[in-house]
Amino acid sequence: MTLFYFVAFLSIFFALMTIFTKNPVHSVLYLVITFFTFTVHYILLNAQFLAVVNFIAYMGAIMVLFLFVLMLLNLNKETEPMRSHVVKFMGAIAGMCLLITFLGAFRVLETDTGLVVADPEIGLVKNLGKVLFKDFLLPFEISSILLLTAMVGAVLLAKKETRVKQNG
Amino acid sequence: MDNIIQQIHGVPLNHYLIFCSVIFSIGVLGVLIRRNVIIIMMSIELMLNSVNLLLAAFSAHSGDPSGQVFVFFIMALAAAEVAVGLAIIIMVYRNTKSVDIETLSRLRW
Repeated sequence: MTLFYFVAFLSIFFALMTIFTKNPVHSVLYLVITFFTFTVHYILLNAQFLAVVNFIAYMGAIMVLFLFVLMLLNLNKETEPMRSHVVKFMGAIAGMCLLITFLGAFRVLETDTGLVVADPEIGLVKNLGKVLFKDFLLPFEISSILLLTAMVGAVLLAKKETRVKQNG
Repeated sequence: MDNIIQQIHGVPLNHYLIFCSVIFSIGVLGVLIRRNVIIIMMSIELMLNSVNLLLAAFSAHSGDPSGQVFVFFIMALAAAEVAVGLAIIIMVYRNTKSVDIETLSRLRW
């Protein structure tokens, strides 16, 4: 039980470090640690499939993509654009207002304060695969088309436009 | 596996709600106070992840595996979004030599 609170504290700490660090590369590294703590949360919920996917796809692929782009654009602390203090202050107030609204809504909502009973069978790869390929087969196939479209779009967007340069 | 389940035993669902809304608010805060487009996208990832964790917690609470399948779809969507978004950022950087989001305000006209 205390493990959850410890990992939650670590998640919040590293998430705060992510948005407050000036150096973008450090920011990405803190975000990787945040996602690692999220993986620990999934393991605690006994959602093993999600833990593995979070570890491989999020930390392995997406974060490396972020880091690669940062290195490619050669961003560092000196070139980092920062907002003025007034805008930062207003942003902080707005974020806190959102959080207070959430907490107040949860108080009024009075969700059943039942415990998170981790059903030991539900998050295993075997059971989740059965659901995925029985009930969610069509969305699963459509998501593959979505990924293909994203890949083609990314290549098309990031490619250098040689023809325009010749004309101009 | 049993002692993993023992670890989570006794944590109320409300604490997951509070924790995930704190992380979500941190993501919103990051979008508001940073000007670097890449960091703003990272904050969006933070928000997506908090919602994912909440979906997984509720799915474990109610014993319904559909929630975890939804988390899987959200992860696929996030991967597509990051790929296209970073391609757009690279294109913008090539044209303006900056990742400042204020330079994109010329899109208004």
